Amino acid sequence: MKIRAVALNTFKEAIRDRILYLLLFFAAVSFILSRLLSLLTVGDKTKIIIDAGLSSLSIFGVLMAILMGTGLVYKEIDKKTVYTLLSKPISRNQFILGKFLGLIITLFIMLLVMTAIFFIIILLHSGTISWKLFVSLGFVFLELCLITSVALLFSCFSTPILSSIFSLSFYLIGHLSWGLETLIKKMSPGITKILTQVAYTLLPDLENFNFKTEVVHNLPIQPEMFLFSFFYGITYTFFILMLAMLVFRKRDFI
Amino acid sequence: MPKANALEIKNLHKSFKSGFLGKKIKVLKGISLDVKKGEIFGYLGPNGAGKTTTLKCILGLLFPDKGTINIFGYGHLSTQSKQKTGFLPENPYFYDYLTASEFLNFYSKLFHKQKTQNPDALLNLVGLKDNSTTQLRKFSKGMLQRIALAQALLNDPELVLLDEPLGGLDPIGRKEIRDIILDLKQKGKTVFLSSHILQDIEMICDRVAILVNGSLVNQGRLDELVSQEILFTEITVSKIDRRELEKFGKTLTHYGNKSLMQIYDQDKVDEILQFIKEKKGEVHSLIPRTQTLEDIFVGMVKQK
Repeated sequence: MKIRAVALNTFKEAIRDRILYLLLFFAAVSFILSRLLSLLTVGDKTKIIIDAGLSSLSIFGVLMAILMGTGLVYKEIDKKTVYTLLSKPISRNQFILGKFLGLIITLFIMLLVMTAIFFIIILLHSGTISWKLFVSLGFVFLELCLITSVALLFSCFSTPILSSIFSLSFYLIGHLSWGLETLIKKMSPGITKILTQVAYTLLPDLENFNFKTEVVHNLPIQPEMFLFSFFYGITYTFFILMLAMLVFRKRDFI
Repeated sequence: MPKANALEIKNLHKSFKSGFLGKKIKVLKGISLDVKKGEIFGYLGPNGAGKTTTLKCILGLLFPDKGTINIFGYGHLSTQSKQKTGFLPENPYFYDYLTASEFLNFYSKLFHKQKTQNPDALLNLVGLKDNSTTQLRKFSKGMLQRIALAQALLNDPELVLLDEPLGGLDPIGRKEIRDIILDLKQKGKTVFLSSHILQDIEMICDRVAILVNGSLVNQGRLDELVSQEILFTEITVSKIDRRELEKFGKTLTHYGNKSLMQIYDQDKVDEILQFIKEKKGEVHSLIPRTQTLEDIFVGMVKQK
């Protein structure tokens, strides 16, 4: 009940944020551009629309998560609304969970709107939508949940600008860390290989949520890959959320 | 726990790290005080004395370095103590996109199963009945102070913590809030009021504690702290040449044919009254000035 109240209020706040609509507008423009891009391409035009569309959806979703998530807790502390809120019988953990869920609801709705526009464009072009597209979109949402928890964690102790830089770095590292996996395979055994392996384990691998290739080229989705990615996302998000709660629970509101 | 005090603070210490090297600044240096049930307790201190820091420690917004805080016998971080407490912050700021009514409804949900007061009745109490559908961004400073008081009373708290509740209010607003505080006492509630507006504290508080530089320099009942002895008498006289009055005391101001005199010697007061009568002068006012809380407060701050 308390978490729901905070989540609902966060949703009310987030939905009023103009930046959300600006990003939504650019996302819609990029979907239309993907349609135009397909006209210039030789080969299967639907593949281009789906590939570019899914990328835009993911990027704009992440931007929404970072730009709003990083201000979530910071604004409450900066504007001192947290003083009266936490003087009520609500725990700091409930507050963080409420904030997280509020933004997740907002992102879910934004993702639905973006998906609706995306699907209309696909339907106008090819007339059918593959079920794999839903799987891919589900993992985009899971990635957004993880990015939101990261933004929320940084928001607990840092300013929105720094938090945005940190969160964006997390996103970029997360999409580039798969290179380490390839590197490890080619390395000879030794301390460097062990250190690289440790780095790979600690760094996020957000490519686990990327099912674009399977959707675009209509490749089979392996159940074990699906399950691994799902549990990876849930566990990582849970871990980061726990960390955010720990940081928030210890901090003084000067 | 019926015998427990409304608020018990024992040996409260709090310091903050400052600067690049993390130099420790001690803000609270061993505060101990008890607030009894049903009283209005004034927590006085100049700016930067540590009043708000104490309140933040009570509310669990700051973690003390040392010391204990109990509210009605419960630890200050427990749900039981929070259910019995209401807090009005200094310079309150709330979610400006919510209307007054939405805001109170949101906060009332944070009490979950605990019964809360009707938001409309609270808005009526603080004089915001006609603004229930107005967004908080359109509220003036005084209106924000009122809505802040309304949210502090949502759970019908046994202990109300008020940080500078009369700041930013016009004289009528101050009187109204004072009346609400007195009404809370009538209903058996305990009020802990932090302020540096001594006049208000003197008017409504049963007991006070004076905080200077993070230490309590005095605490007790107001009538025990403030002596009833007359310090001097102020008298306004007309129709007599002021040079003739100077032998009785100091002339503070002279306007028109009126002179405002300050007389320290009580015998001289009788003499001047006799003199005025003989010279057919007029007495417009005669005010004996006893010691005020301000005198005590200024004296202690200077001493510290």
